[in-house]
Amino acid sequence: MLTLEKLCAGYGDFQALFDISLTLEAGETVAIIGSNGAGKSTFLRSLAGLISNQPEAIRFNGQAIGDMAANQVLERGIALVPEGRKLFPSLSVEENLLIGAYSKRPGPWSLKRIYQLFPVLEKLRKRPGTALSGGQQQMVAIGRGLMANPQLLLCDEISLGLAPTTIKDIYAALPSIKADGTTVILVEQDINQALSVSDRFYCFQEGRVSLTGRPGDADKAQIKAAYFGI
Amino acid sequence: MNALNNPAPVYRVQRTTTSSTLGLALLGLCVLVLISAPLWADRASLRLVVEFAYYLALAQMWNLLAGYAGMVSVGQQAFVGLGGYLLFLLASRFGVPPLFAVLLSGVLVAVLAIPTALIVFRLRGAYFAIGTWVVAEVFRLGLAQMSSLGGGSGQSLPAAIVRQIGNDRDGRETLIYFTALAIAIAAVAVVFFLLRSRQGLALASIRDSEPASGSLGVDTFRTKLMVYVLAAGCTGVVGALIFLQKLRISPDAAFNLQDWTAVVIFIVIIGGIGTLEGPLIGTLIYFALRGCLAQYGAVYMIILGLVAVVMMLKAPQGVWGLISERLGWQVFPMQRRLTVQIDK
Amino acid sequence: MEWLNTLLQGVLLGGLYAMFAVGLSLMFGIMRLVNIAHGDFIVLASYLALVVVNHLGFSPLASLLIVVPLMFCVGYLLQRGLLNRTLGTDILPPLLVTFGLSIIVQNLLLEFFSADSQKLSQGELEVASVSVGTLSVGVMPLIVFASALLIIGGLQLLFYKTSLGRAFRATSDDQHTARLMGVNNAHIFGLAMALAMAVVSIAGVFLAIRTSFDPTVGPARLLYGFEAVIIGGLGSLWGTLAGGVILGVAQTLGAKIDPGWQILAGHLVFLLILVLRPRGLFPRSVD
Repeated sequence: MLTLEKLCAGYGDFQALFDISLTLEAGETVAIIGSNGAGKSTFLRSLAGLISNQPEAIRFNGQAIGDMAANQVLERGIALVPEGRKLFPSLSVEENLLIGAYSKRPGPWSLKRIYQLFPVLEKLRKRPGTALSGGQQQMVAIGRGLMANPQLLLCDEISLGLAPTTIKDIYAALPSIKADGTTVILVEQDINQALSVSDRFYCFQEGRVSLTGRPGDADKAQIKAAYFGI
Repeated sequence: MNALNNPAPVYRVQRTTTSSTLGLALLGLCVLVLISAPLWADRASLRLVVEFAYYLALAQMWNLLAGYAGMVSVGQQAFVGLGGYLLFLLASRFGVPPLFAVLLSGVLVAVLAIPTALIVFRLRGAYFAIGTWVVAEVFRLGLAQMSSLGGGSGQSLPAAIVRQIGNDRDGRETLIYFTALAIAIAAVAVVFFLLRSRQGLALASIRDSEPASGSLGVDTFRTKLMVYVLAAGCTGVVGALIFLQKLRISPDAAFNLQDWTAVVIFIVIIGGIGTLEGPLIGTLIYFALRGCLAQYGAVYMIILGLVAVVMMLKAPQGVWGLISERLGWQVFPMQRRLTVQIDK
Repeated sequence: MEWLNTLLQGVLLGGLYAMFAVGLSLMFGIMRLVNIAHGDFIVLASYLALVVVNHLGFSPLASLLIVVPLMFCVGYLLQRGLLNRTLGTDILPPLLVTFGLSIIVQNLLLEFFSADSQKLSQGELEVASVSVGTLSVGVMPLIVFASALLIIGGLQLLFYKTSLGRAFRATSDDQHTARLMGVNNAHIFGLAMALAMAVVSIAGVFLAIRTSFDPTVGPARLLYGFEAVIIGGLGSLWGTLAGGVILGVAQTLGAKIDPGWQILAGHLVFLLILVLRPRGLFPRSVD
């Protein structure tokens, strides 16, 4: 479904990714792990169309999308839950969810289903998006991404800054998301949680893939080595 | 000397380059030629040089504000007009000798610029720009209400004062000519030395990032205030000279946006904002364009505006910016290059 | 009683000024763009109406049917064709380009229509008045004020009850994340400018009926609109209405004292409020 070939991306003079190549099959859940500055966010932002690349570097369902703008990428079915939530302060919780559906892509997700997935949000729907706790905001952000009925959901560090119990609650929602066949890429610094829900993983280290495989295959020592580049 | 007994490298900040030495020499030559002009040039040419001089000075000041301090003002005509009115007031009401009055007007305009700044500094960015425009309008409308200063139709400089400048027309024109040259050179010099100083570094840092420079200890408010007041004062001096030459002042002429601000802005954009050479090039281009297009009336403002808009979109660094990028030239030694000298 | 009449006139004038300001508010709110040529576009609309009235025999109010859609399109094309290129982190390009536009529009109008003063006549409606108790209120000013209310009310509905309005607000908050929602920023900005121009054109036609105009009156309108926005406070359309009313009242009261003081009074009240309340009287808390 998704192929990346020699993706090189960066910001101005600074190159963050060097020749990243990877593939993804429909329905998979893939974890991208790595330390700070490894290039994980740059990777997701490139996929989402926030950073422009060579068209052929990213192929989605056979189409070259590397140079497409973010709104075009969304229309083709890739939604990003951005790092730091980035909810719209002028919009209420419900409006934040509704704008996720701006592209009117057909699919199973609706306000009702999001509220079933995250019941606590229904009570908070009229509140301004940013007047919520970190965990609740993360739920809104994920719900907003789902409202676009994406084929591929990109989650950028959804556990960042959250308490362990909150993280568990959020990850508990993942099976429902995967049940519809949505493909998910999870970028995390917290290795355990990410590996526990994914089919495969890639480890990034200083802009390159240092290790890849199934969570069960690699042992702690190997992952540590790949993570820190020792 | 370090532990290995190698001679310590000497770091020096170098300013001049070959092109800047050449450029300055060339400029110096031009100035000498201009100084001799009253001996051989005709009256119309001398007037043209005077006009060139005051547009150059105005452009340097607007460039200082917008290009170096990041404060875009669309209201500098306020200070041109104030300078003019203060000159008339000082000369005819208080009997101050005209040339001294020109300087004094500038000082007084600078003083008046302080409360002005305190008001307009409450606005930012584009709103700051429009705020300066409102201030200019307040001056214009206010002065139009003062019948003692001529009200809406303005006033002329009394004959007695005119004679004080010079007994005959040629004498007056020569005096104004040299004053204009002196003001233009002074304007360029003021900006040059300011930018080379510590304050200039502070300015550059504020322009790049106000919060960052503030956190480094730069007093952004004081610095911006100083620059605003300095630019206002110099603009006031130019305004005083302009109306000394015109011998007549009225609110609409004194505070005319198109004459004193639109043209100046276009000059700086076309020449190259944020450089010392830019206003010089821009003024040259403006006079060339005006010479060619004057016969077409309002169309020349349209063309000037179009050129400025296109430049802003396609070549925001201006004509001089394009030249210096391609060829690496600079006329005024402004760069600070670190050179290392290691004695063997 | 005279003063009450003056006050009422000022309030109604405020409706017109609020219309000048709404476009500015819209553009700044959604795209952080201040269009220095704003006032000149108001005058452009007046001249467009003039052409429609003279060549098609419409009445000025009827000319709205043509002028408004026309200016809507002009706004969209202007934004997508030119102004979108100037948007970014640097404030200089949009400022200087719209400044250049202002000079260009003014001089173009000068070339095509000469500097002669023009005015549109709405016939009897212009001088008709209604009695409210002991006060006499002009029908035209009432229509203008009512239009301002309708426009602001309509825009509020658009912003808070429609999907497009959500997109506007989201883009105004964070244009990059809005793109992640599938919002095409270039198109949204174009629509915002188109809306602003539509409002501007209504204001332009009303202005032309109310008073005489020539190519150079644009900048003054920009200043009134700007003052109404600042007095009212950034980010609030109803605040802009309040700002317009305060400005209108200041001007008419000033004119009552001395005709030459009309505009000056408005500017001075603006400066006073700027000094005492830099954020305006009804600023939105979220920036």
